Amino acid sequence: MTNQTHFYTLPNGLTVHLKEIHTAPIISSWIWYKVGSRNEHPGITGVSHWVEHMQFKGTDRFPAGYLDREISRVGGIWNAMTYLDWTTYFQTLPASMAELSLSLEADRMVNSRFLTEEVNMERTVIISEREGNENQPHFLLNEAIQEAAFDQHPYRYEVIGLKDDLESITRDQLYGHYQRFYDPANAVLALAGDFDIDQMVQQVAASFGEIPSKGSIEQAIPVEPPLGVERRVTVDGPGQTAYVQIAYRAPSASDLDFFGLTVLDSLLTGPSSLNMFGSGGTTNKTSRLYRALVEGEIAVSCFGTLQATHDPYLYSINLTVHPAHTPEEVLQAVDDELKRVMDSPVMQEEIARAIKQAKALFAYSSENISNQAFWLGYTDMFANYDWFENYVNHLAKVTPKDVLRIAREALNPDNRVVGFYLPEESLSQ
Amino acid sequence: MTNKAPFTPQTTAMPSPDDITREVLPNGITILARSNFNSPTLSIRGYLPSGSIFDPDEKLGLSYLTANSLMSGTAHYDFQALYNEIESVGAKIGFSSGTLTSAFSTHSLSEDLDLIMGLVAECLRHPTFPDREFNRLKMQMLTGLAIRAQDTAAMASMLFDEAVFAGHPYERPDDGYIETVQAIEKEDLVRFYQRTFGPQGLTIAIVGAVEPQTAVDAIKAALGDWSNLEQEHLPELPPLAPITQPARKSLTINGKSQADIVIGCQAPERLSPDYVPLRIGNNILGEFGMMGRLGKSVREDSGLAYYVYSNLSSSLGPGAWEMIAGVNPRSVEQAIELMSAEARRFVNEPVTAEELDDSKSLFLGRLPLLLESNNGVAISLLNMERFDLGLDYFIQYPNRIKAVTAEQILEASRRYLNPDNLIVTVAGP
Repeated sequence: MTNQTHFYTLPNGLTVHLKEIHTAPIISSWIWYKVGSRNEHPGITGVSHWVEHMQFKGTDRFPAGYLDREISRVGGIWNAMTYLDWTTYFQTLPASMAELSLSLEADRMVNSRFLTEEVNMERTVIISEREGNENQPHFLLNEAIQEAAFDQHPYRYEVIGLKDDLESITRDQLYGHYQRFYDPANAVLALAGDFDIDQMVQQVAASFGEIPSKGSIEQAIPVEPPLGVERRVTVDGPGQTAYVQIAYRAPSASDLDFFGLTVLDSLLTGPSSLNMFGSGGTTNKTSRLYRALVEGEIAVSCFGTLQATHDPYLYSINLTVHPAHTPEEVLQAVDDELKRVMDSPVMQEEIARAIKQAKALFAYSSENISNQAFWLGYTDMFANYDWFENYVNHLAKVTPKDVLRIAREALNPDNRVVGFYLPEESLSQ
Repeated sequence: MTNKAPFTPQTTAMPSPDDITREVLPNGITILARSNFNSPTLSIRGYLPSGSIFDPDEKLGLSYLTANSLMSGTAHYDFQALYNEIESVGAKIGFSSGTLTSAFSTHSLSEDLDLIMGLVAECLRHPTFPDREFNRLKMQMLTGLAIRAQDTAAMASMLFDEAVFAGHPYERPDDGYIETVQAIEKEDLVRFYQRTFGPQGLTIAIVGAVEPQTAVDAIKAALGDWSNLEQEHLPELPPLAPITQPARKSLTINGKSQADIVIGCQAPERLSPDYVPLRIGNNILGEFGMMGRLGKSVREDSGLAYYVYSNLSSSLGPGAWEMIAGVNPRSVEQAIELMSAEARRFVNEPVTAEELDDSKSLFLGRLPLLLESNNGVAISLLNMERFDLGLDYFIQYPNRIKAVTAEQILEASRRYLNPDNLIVTVAGP
């Protein structure tokens, strides 16, 4: 059997997605929790990411360092990521290690200790992580834009959290967050690789079947009203280079308009890679904004970011300003180009090209098992696996008329935050 | 925890003389091909003996700019026409340059083999360096250097290379300095290209869903009749003067939140008998699990850094052994002390049997992951050729790893790592 899949739910609510792939003697196992900065509020911003760090501090059964050694010594990799809507933990390992992977995730779903001294030791590590981010102009600009783009929704804050909160969050706040959101009914387990599905079903039941669910998680996430009017932010920082970021409120991933915006993004700034690991993707030299701004020598680079999210988030156009131009001139040039997609329909051939590119990017994403396992669980964080399987089909249904309508709605200046990073030369030796 | 026998990975198809096709064309091109029909994709990578070693000091960055200009326009394609061919099929082609090599890499669907190989050959054989694109790329490169000047990690690393390789071609950054890039004219590129680009020494690895003979035929068709009688040989690398005293260099970059530190020494070339013991030693020092001994000391026990690790870089000629960390500016001295103490410990006592076993297991176990993607295999094939490791490198590999002893690691470390003569560089606020 090759590439057989089996999707099901355990009685305790754990969603399980399995896919057999027998191209290499390895498995990739991912557990996804529906918790991220979306589930935070001022005072505890960054708590989801910090919980993720604490999940590597060990349990009574698997003391700190034990797993790191067990996984590393077989050449495996393991890590975790926290984002707006989710937190995920993964291991890619020799297939013979599948059981250890399942035992470890089942154990730390409920048994992490959150010792006070370890919480405090990790506090400075996380502040160090934030300070590393602060060294990057893009982080500073993005943080200011998120804050301006949302007044009520928790997407207002960077995943890493505000520094004040990182200095004051307590052990009990971390543990409370963990206990609330780390629940089988709030998780998706996705495994791909060299195993037998029938045997894996039994292994999953043995590891996770007895973990009780605390029931559904009730949380009212504020709905953000439309921006209504363009907002502007300016960030002053070190350097000689100016940056412009233009962030439009974007539809959520489950909204069909998301696919139209994906096509639009592909035309404007080039197609985005679908890969978390390994190579893939293409360049964006033929995209409209590259041609107008970079070939026009108004900017030195441009790229777009459209992210699949649970709630409406942002579509951003990011530009590095050419030294001979100003951020205002860059903004004007972008607006001139955007006017074209709002004034007249794009050609059907342009859409066909975007679809062809998406198909190639899909093929790249099947080149390694970690990527396949990633997609097996990821889409449940904002939609479901059908979203991934039907991705190209959804793109294929987008018409020039759709693109025109979505461009007029989404790229309206009243729907955006414009951010400028203005440099203050600071180098001294 | 007890010692365990080294992990023995399940057998998987390692690249071997049985499944690697190697062919040398009459014009000096070496081809390495290996099939992988698990996904419909293809990676082609290649290098040739052209690099910044040919750059005059006053025009450092010339090789870098030349490699990046190969796709600016050719005899048969202007910039947009070239990228339109590539991006329309969702593929990617890129050129780059180091000190001793210029290189290319591609990723595409395997059905586009002839198109991609034809375009690579077009860029290699018929670049025209159009004026407008030259000026634009030069400006982009200068902006890149301005951004580099603000990057604490990049600047600490550059200062380190200048110190550890003092008086040797490796002391220079391949992308040059602002004033040296400003001095480069289009005619410099044309001359540089004529002198250093040709089929002699061009080595190409092609891995993916094509039969080896089809791959070889495609390369022959595209490059088999290429010749350049003016192509120069790489200059001999001079010897590197040993470090005889400690050195510390700091660069202030105002307005940053975090400082980056590099501490280290010289290292052997890739083919030295010391290389494999030091590769395992480096893993123990700053890679294994959560960044090895350095991670334990600086991150886990002291909470000083989000990232701290070590890196052994070895190629042709001398290499470098670096310990790297990003810390709050207040913690710089403490971090340097902790990292220096780990260096001292490393040459005072042998690694433990447990550490050695764990690390060896990692090196054996991770092969399936490293070789899972076409790109990973292509990189390995090129290394096998470049360093003359033999097509049976992966067959011999387990024995080479298993043979390493703690005494060999200690002796090799003592030859290079003198804790009293460390090079220390810091860039930050």
